[in-house]
Amino acid sequence: MTIFIPGQQGDSVQELTVEELRNKIGTGMEIESEDNMLLSMGPQHPSTHGVLRLLVELDGERVVNLAPDIGFLHTGIEKNMEAKTYTKALVMTDRMDYLSPMSNNLGYILAIEKLLGIEAPPRAQAIRTILVELARIGSHLVWLGTHALDLAAMTVFLYCFREREYILDIFEMVSGQRMMVSYFRPGGVWRDVPAEFEPQMRKFLKFMPSRIADYEGLLKKNPIFMKRTKEVGYISGEDAISWGLTGPSLRGSGVDWDIRKVYPYLLYDQLDFDVPVYNEGDVYARYLCRMDEMRESLRIIQQVMDNMPDGPVNSDDRKVVPPPRAELGRSMEAVIHHFKLWTEGFKAPEGFVKVSIESPRGEFMTYLRGDGGPKPARVHFRTPSYVNLAALPTMSKDLYVADLVSIIGSIDIVLGEIDR
Amino acid sequence: MDLNTALRELRLLDYLRLLWGDAPWVEPVLDLISIITVSTFCLLIVIFLIWLERKVIARMQDRIGPNRVGGKFGLLQTVADVLKLLTKEAITPVGADWVAYNLAPFLIVMTALLMWAVMPFAPTWIGVDLNIAVFYVLSISSVSVVCLLLAGWGSNNKYALLGAFRAVAQLVSYEVPMVLSLIVPIILARSMSLIGISEAQVLPFALLVPVSAVIFYISALAETGRTPFDLLEAESEIVAGFHVEYGGMKFGMFFLAEFISTLFMSSLFATIYLGGYRFVLGELFNPNYTTGNLAGILIFFIKTFLVYFVFIWIRATFPRIRIDQMLNFNWKFLVPWTLVLVLVVALLDRLVADSGWTVRTLAHLSSNIVIALIALGFARRRAAREKLFEEEFGVAEEIARPMILGSDGHDDHEHDHETHGQPAPAHD
Repeated sequence: MTIFIPGQQGDSVQELTVEELRNKIGTGMEIESEDNMLLSMGPQHPSTHGVLRLLVELDGERVVNLAPDIGFLHTGIEKNMEAKTYTKALVMTDRMDYLSPMSNNLGYILAIEKLLGIEAPPRAQAIRTILVELARIGSHLVWLGTHALDLAAMTVFLYCFREREYILDIFEMVSGQRMMVSYFRPGGVWRDVPAEFEPQMRKFLKFMPSRIADYEGLLKKNPIFMKRTKEVGYISGEDAISWGLTGPSLRGSGVDWDIRKVYPYLLYDQLDFDVPVYNEGDVYARYLCRMDEMRESLRIIQQVMDNMPDGPVNSDDRKVVPPPRAELGRSMEAVIHHFKLWTEGFKAPEGFVKVSIESPRGEFMTYLRGDGGPKPARVHFRTPSYVNLAALPTMSKDLYVADLVSIIGSIDIVLGEIDR
Repeated sequence: MDLNTALRELRLLDYLRLLWGDAPWVEPVLDLISIITVSTFCLLIVIFLIWLERKVIARMQDRIGPNRVGGKFGLLQTVADVLKLLTKEAITPVGADWVAYNLAPFLIVMTALLMWAVMPFAPTWIGVDLNIAVFYVLSISSVSVVCLLLAGWGSNNKYALLGAFRAVAQLVSYEVPMVLSLIVPIILARSMSLIGISEAQVLPFALLVPVSAVIFYISALAETGRTPFDLLEAESEIVAGFHVEYGGMKFGMFFLAEFISTLFMSSLFATIYLGGYRFVLGELFNPNYTTGNLAGILIFFIKTFLVYFVFIWIRATFPRIRIDQMLNFNWKFLVPWTLVLVLVVALLDRLVADSGWTVRTLAHLSSNIVIALIALGFARRRAAREKLFEEEFGVAEEIARPMILGSDGHDDHEHDHETHGQPAPAHD
């Protein structure tokens, strides 16, 4: 096989055997025929959604073999978190799934709370539920926009980002940050939501259903979109389970599995919502699934907004939650707590916890081990994108290059979450 | 004709001809003037076209578009972009075929410009009134396939090669329905000259043979490589396709050629199906009405830009089609039905040749509507059949077929059920 080595003058075309080539590639992918074209898609490619590299063996336009190659965005988040106190490590979780930092925050915070054995007050739970569902809508909007853009429907992309902008504005209003929110804290949330929060949310709930209908008007019945997504990227329910798929990618294959229903957290057991499930197992089914999920999220937000409890937004456990500013001038005890929390942080007991939540992409599990000190001994995240990506070769067997981008879009990966 | 008449009727070349007499150098100089005028116009209008496209798409997508360079409306944005492209270093990548790589951008702009030679902008404003103008346009436009192949092959890049493959498959196959659909207006006008076709349109041909117009429009979309047929430079799949290795003004050349040929296709549509420079309403109410040069060019450009607007509109709305679907659509739907259309129009026009325009219009329009309904009916029946298959077997036919017939090499499947006589489940 002849391979072109760039960046060298003179004899830049080298003869390589398949064996040598395989060593050069280093993904261990089987290569079927020497006549096929080996294409390295990414890490700089417009539609691999970040720095994913796909090594593709192509027979003409047909994908014969495919191996995802990851690790280009490795930032050592899990290891770094061991060097920070429980509270300070929180900011690292924002940077994993940067499209729904609220969900990452929640997964990590719930794990800390479980380790410490404390619980956030009802108002904090309600705020968390609203914001996590809002993050789900925001994340699905980015998915829809980029998925449509991969299929060249660029208007949908800009419409989606218009609405996502509104969501980011709400995030900025409550947390001071548009994306890296770090809003949830052990024992509650950073601060109560401001007074403008409720009218803004009501406005959002009012206009959003018609906007979702707009996107569907552009895509759902569009014959080209249906041709490009139906019967593409098929994965059966059994295969999906054995690959460990979660989230809408699993529910698009007819498996009714949602952590919010199966192991409820926050207020989900008191809320009335449906889990959309479609049986086709193709890109179109996953599309329908996510579109319905946005509507369900709106329903959830509506219910929580209507029954918003009053009261404090932070636990009164002073060993974990810093005292309010006003107390510092009056109470010596508050000053001591404040000092201890800011210099050393709180200490968590020895032992480990595992907490799963349903992030927009699927099951987001946090493994947290404490050793009695103020810093976690080990943090590990089971991130849905990482697991979902593994099923890509199965889904894209014998399809076209063009289908590849459609499938990558449909499993909705975020590389920050995969490489961590 | 004297000098004043020539000037009043804006017959500028005739005016110069009268002015300069018939010395041997006059005709070549006049030719040169026309060539320079038309090609400069084409190159300059692209600046406006890019601005227009960005602005219109921005409006459709709820944003503002260019708004900094050149005042509030960003009129000079494209000029700035072109200047930037011109200052870039001209690079030939290592391993590229020097001749092919550098020849392609020039050749593609040349072919895009050459087509304008036969375009009648106004009754007397035309480069050459060729009697085989349509034929000339089709043959020149197919040269662009060669340019794309040169660019894709010469770049020595895998994406570029894929883009070139796609370009060849797409452009060559969509030329067939384009030629066939153009035969219809040629039959109706009994002429291949674009002036002849314009003059033959008492009513625009789009009203006589709407199916032919639609098919031509779809093929024009594919020929110019615009959404939903922009596979040859599919940004999200093969990065930029055949021009992925080009930078600076060499890339600018491809961009330029694309816009010039898109505008040419819209003006060709305007000329062949909408009557070109003729003002149909004026002619209907006043039998003695003739379009002057100034009015002609205005009407021509209004029609052209209306068509061009639809190009932009489609680009903002549609997703991209896949290569196999594109070829299926072409060979299994467009080509057969265009053949039927050509046959019907040819026979029908023979029958009603001596009747007046009303009879001809009604006959052609009704036959067109019937053909369109039958074609759509067939397509719908096919879709229903596929749906039935899916309901019955719980799996789509496209997925089921390889399972039933063995799965090495899709081209063999058609043979499989012919030779082995296996029952092919409800498929054509």
